[in-house]
Amino acid sequence: MKKFSLLLSAFCFLLSACVSQTTPASPQTLTIMTHDSFSVSEDVVKAFEEANNAKVTFLQSGDAGAMINKAILTKDAPLADVLFGVDNTFLSRALQAEIFEPYASPELANIPAAFQLDPSNRALPVDYGDVCINYDKAYFAENALAVPQSLEDLTKPEYASLLVVENPATSSTGLAFLMTTVAHFGEDGYLDYWRALKANGVVVVDGWETAYYTNFSASSGRGPQPMVVSYGTSPAAEVIYADPPVDDAPTASILGPDTCFRQIEFVGILKGTQNRPLAEKFVDFMLGKQFQEDVPLQMFVYPVNPSAALPEAFVKYAQAPAQTASLPPDLIASNRDRWIQEWTDVVMK
Amino acid sequence: MLELRHIFKTYEGNPLLTDISFTVGTGETICLLGASGSGKSTLLRMIAGLETPDSGSILFNGTDLASTPPHLRDFGLVFQDYALFPHLSVNENVAFGLRMRRLPPDEIAERIVSSLRLVNLGEFGKRKVTDLSGGEQQRVALARALAIRPRLLMFDEPLGALDKKLKDGLLEELRAILHRTQIPAIYVTHDQEEAFTIADRILILHEGRILREGSPAEVWENPQSAYAAEFLGVGKVFEGEVREWQNGKWKVESDFGIFALGCGHEHSRGEKVHLLARPPRVRDEAHVISGIVTDVIFQQDRYKVTFENGLFVYLDEPPKIGEKFAARVRVECLA
Amino acid sequence: MPHSPNHGATKTRRIINFSVFSTSPWLKRIFLWFLPLAFLAVFFFFPLSKILTLTFDLEVITPQNLQITNYALRFTFYQAFLSTLLTLTLGLPSAVLFARFDFHGKALLRALTAVPFMLPTVVVAAAFNSLLGQRGLLNTLITNYQLPTFTPSPFTLILLAHVFYNTTIVIRIVGTALSSLDPKLEQTARSLGADPLRVWTHVTLPLLRPSLLAASLLVFLFDFTSFGVILLLGGSQFATLEVEIYLQAVKLLNLPLAALLSVIQLVCTLVFSLLYSHFATRNSYPLQPRSVAVKPRTLQQKLFVLTLCSLLTVYFALPLLSLPARSLFRLEADRGQRTEVQYGFTTDYYAELFINRRGSVFYVPPIRAAFNSLAYASATVALSLLLGFPAAFALAKPTRLENILDPLIMLPLGSSAVMLGLGFIITYGSWLTSPLLVPFAHTLVALPFVIRTLQPAIASIPQRLRDAASALGASPLEVWMHIDLPILRRAALAAATFAFTVSLGEFGATLLISRPEYPTIPVAIERFLSQPGGLNYGQAMAMATILMLLTTVSILLIEKFRPPAAGDF
Repeated sequence: MKKFSLLLSAFCFLLSACVSQTTPASPQTLTIMTHDSFSVSEDVVKAFEEANNAKVTFLQSGDAGAMINKAILTKDAPLADVLFGVDNTFLSRALQAEIFEPYASPELANIPAAFQLDPSNRALPVDYGDVCINYDKAYFAENALAVPQSLEDLTKPEYASLLVVENPATSSTGLAFLMTTVAHFGEDGYLDYWRALKANGVVVVDGWETAYYTNFSASSGRGPQPMVVSYGTSPAAEVIYADPPVDDAPTASILGPDTCFRQIEFVGILKGTQNRPLAEKFVDFMLGKQFQEDVPLQMFVYPVNPSAALPEAFVKYAQAPAQTASLPPDLIASNRDRWIQEWTDVVMK
Repeated sequence: MLELRHIFKTYEGNPLLTDISFTVGTGETICLLGASGSGKSTLLRMIAGLETPDSGSILFNGTDLASTPPHLRDFGLVFQDYALFPHLSVNENVAFGLRMRRLPPDEIAERIVSSLRLVNLGEFGKRKVTDLSGGEQQRVALARALAIRPRLLMFDEPLGALDKKLKDGLLEELRAILHRTQIPAIYVTHDQEEAFTIADRILILHEGRILREGSPAEVWENPQSAYAAEFLGVGKVFEGEVREWQNGKWKVESDFGIFALGCGHEHSRGEKVHLLARPPRVRDEAHVISGIVTDVIFQQDRYKVTFENGLFVYLDEPPKIGEKFAARVRVECLA
Repeated sequence: MPHSPNHGATKTRRIINFSVFSTSPWLKRIFLWFLPLAFLAVFFFFPLSKILTLTFDLEVITPQNLQITNYALRFTFYQAFLSTLLTLTLGLPSAVLFARFDFHGKALLRALTAVPFMLPTVVVAAAFNSLLGQRGLLNTLITNYQLPTFTPSPFTLILLAHVFYNTTIVIRIVGTALSSLDPKLEQTARSLGADPLRVWTHVTLPLLRPSLLAASLLVFLFDFTSFGVILLLGGSQFATLEVEIYLQAVKLLNLPLAALLSVIQLVCTLVFSLLYSHFATRNSYPLQPRSVAVKPRTLQQKLFVLTLCSLLTVYFALPLLSLPARSLFRLEADRGQRTEVQYGFTTDYYAELFINRRGSVFYVPPIRAAFNSLAYASATVALSLLLGFPAAFALAKPTRLENILDPLIMLPLGSSAVMLGLGFIITYGSWLTSPLLVPFAHTLVALPFVIRTLQPAIASIPQRLRDAASALGASPLEVWMHIDLPILRRAALAAATFAFTVSLGEFGATLLISRPEYPTIPVAIERFLSQPGGLNYGQAMAMATILMLLTTVSILLIEKFRPPAAGDF
């Protein structure tokens, strides 16, 4: 019994030690709500904290959908000051729920208008990435198979059972690819295209992790499919995180017309924040050069600020398509559920 | 010392104990004798504080125990299944109550030795209780109860699971220990032999009421009720009908004949009474019962002889089965 | 009086008087239930009812939604029923194996069967894939011998994974009951002319019924609310209620439908729990804890032990071993030469764990993650035992109050984590961001296990032992500490192991807003797997291996902790 109570008090002590670390007597705390994939360099955060005599705390709140749900449910008493990570597929939903306060950051002047989807500046663009089909270079080389150049090519018999995609109902990557097909084939044609893909043996899995690490042949999972719906930057990651180091990427993206869908991620100041001035500074900071240059290697996306320098591996291996598919956020907001439902009826049943 | 006053207890609407009152004096051993279901164990658990009466009070040295929880009563309790703690050794079992009292270690050690010696288990201290025989386990349970030097010892059918020889031996030891320590004790059993051996006073419990209370000799000589007479095995109990008053005695008619009896109370003609047929005392005017013998059972110091009509008597000399036989018995009127 | 009673000490001995409990059983019940019920009220009933009342809307009952509900409900029942059946088929003999027989490597094998329980679904999927996938170990071997390849269907994989995860529940709960079964009962049955099979069906199984039902219910509930396995291994074509709730709430932002499905899932859980209480309490026997494991003697016994050990080794060890294998061996082909796979031993993945290559603010050194995981797990053990013991005590001697409360205890297992998480947020807001609350969330899941493990063991302690202790001067608290606790040590250890593994494996990200400063190992694994690259994959495998080792060692240590005296009793 004595041992037990000793153990208990030891843990209470440890826990209280943890807690006291989280609440140092800092000047002002700024809380940022993000999704679980968010990442940033230590020095970058430190730079902001020192410049503004602030302490930045991050709340990771599940995937993008879960995060937005939580933000909407708590909009009367927000959990954070700033929310980062809502993308163009969820943007309208967040704007309709009126969780953001408008803020016309001076930094917006440096950002191309194409990224600024919200004219009233409630949500400000931070980064973008392209959802593209990655392929296993070695597989196509060995089998002397031509790499498909368009969405239409994927329905050809020589590519039967070679593509794995994510379920748009469970995966944002999958949803982006579904949008690609809607954008390219139109609302009238996209279901026919999916029927053809299904007939050609497309493999559907729940999420990006399964698709990439379990099904894709060029990843360490050594799966069966040589083509996967992933990101335009994934080939760069394969080089940066290769072991042993390699001098060429094992994968590449298919960069035909309309084969990639552009995802833009936004930041916004949450309504009801008690730290509006500091929150504004943080938004400015996210759009500023230091943060923007940190974005590529932390999250494998592109900075929206064109003056931010890209890392070498990005320039060399990450491929940005010339022409990406895109859909207006309002159209996405009003039709997303129906598209997913129709897709499910056609592909999964 | 211990006094019970008008204890009542019901369980799910059925009376379990009805108006129980008795006392236990210093150095006295009383025995609660009754069949299973008579409520004797419940009574014991109440005294121990493990159950509470619906009404009535339990006092010790004049103090009401109602607000004293079991662990502060200082009453020793010994169960039929010993209730030894299987995860503790013999020594640890005996030391349990002492540890609970925060006694100094050397006194605990000393008391373990003396208690185990008292029950003749001097060398068993280090053994595991699960390795002991039934008799040894019961001795450990006794030593454990004695070690705390209780104000009162309580035994709930303590020897029920043991064979006769072991039982007799332990019973005598127990009697000696109780006499030596002068600890008042309550002994619960359904076995009249045990009760007669150990008790200074016997209480016969039936359906939650005390039927008879007295010393073993008193109870045996005058069981007073048909149930007590039958339960104690004094003799055969049967029914008779009062006929008439004659020569200062009642004539009572029964299946086994008409007897002239000195029943103590006033009776009226036609009244049903219980009669008891038991072995005659030498000087007694005996009654004679005759019939065909259907069974003879040897019982060490006597024979139980059963007649065709169901009557049985205890005799020193056995008749043969099937023979017509006349036996001398003493027939008594029961209240 | 020669033997003068010196109970003078008694009067001054203890100031705290527990006499109120012996005089008022109701006060005692309230005392026992206060903490567990307060905990459930604060962390479960209140937040859940709040989110459900906020989002539920009668308009959601449309034919289309009912069709979704109907489909999910039917599939949920179907797979849960099959999975439970299969889990019992493997778990019951395994429980006998561990409770009745002694053999080399028993402790390790038993620990191994408990490891899957706390592995994140992603890792289990990776493990299964590296073994059974199209280019997994099995098929690599098969193709070498020109045999047709074997790829299990997604549904088969779901069933296999459920059995893989939950067999340990049956082993622990039924095994504990088996080892407290008096062997004399079976011996008596044999002497009465029953052959071993009939002893099993007529004596052992009926005696095991309460624990068997408890284990089945837990397994069924786990399968019923299965989430990750269905999503990852089901090839995305299956949806249980839990998956559908997640999809509706998080992906389609259709909270009213999610609320409807949550209510249905809760009602189902309540019905199962009621059925369980009804069947389990009607026939529960106090058991004497005294059965001992022996070395297998007869040929039949040897065959049984050998076959089952091999089966368990293949089923549990192979997929698990594939993780350390992948964390130490490079399986990368030279770039451009797909056919020649180069195998190579490497410690790079482990070394890399200690480097914050990206300089990320969210980087966690593995030791820190392990420490976080262990701290949370230990706090969960302490908390769930603290809350579980009084509740289990009350439930062991049920009154009308317990008959009502009993099924409620199980409800946290049947509530959707997503909805509960949302409930937390709207109820407690920013107060929830404290990392201190993580053990509370884990306890919510661990508590039903702890209670279900302790309750039958407590019921099997003869009341006379407590009465005897009480008469010897032990206060209610001392009775608990000196009698119940030592005798319950085995069951308490089993309960602690459950709580520990539940906490180690609980992902929890959906349940609470997580503070990235205190990630657990599962969170760290998830972070590695969310980005492409061989090094990330290798590090995830290395982290999973660390988690596996940590669990195995912890379980072995917990079992070692058992003192020998209590062991053979």
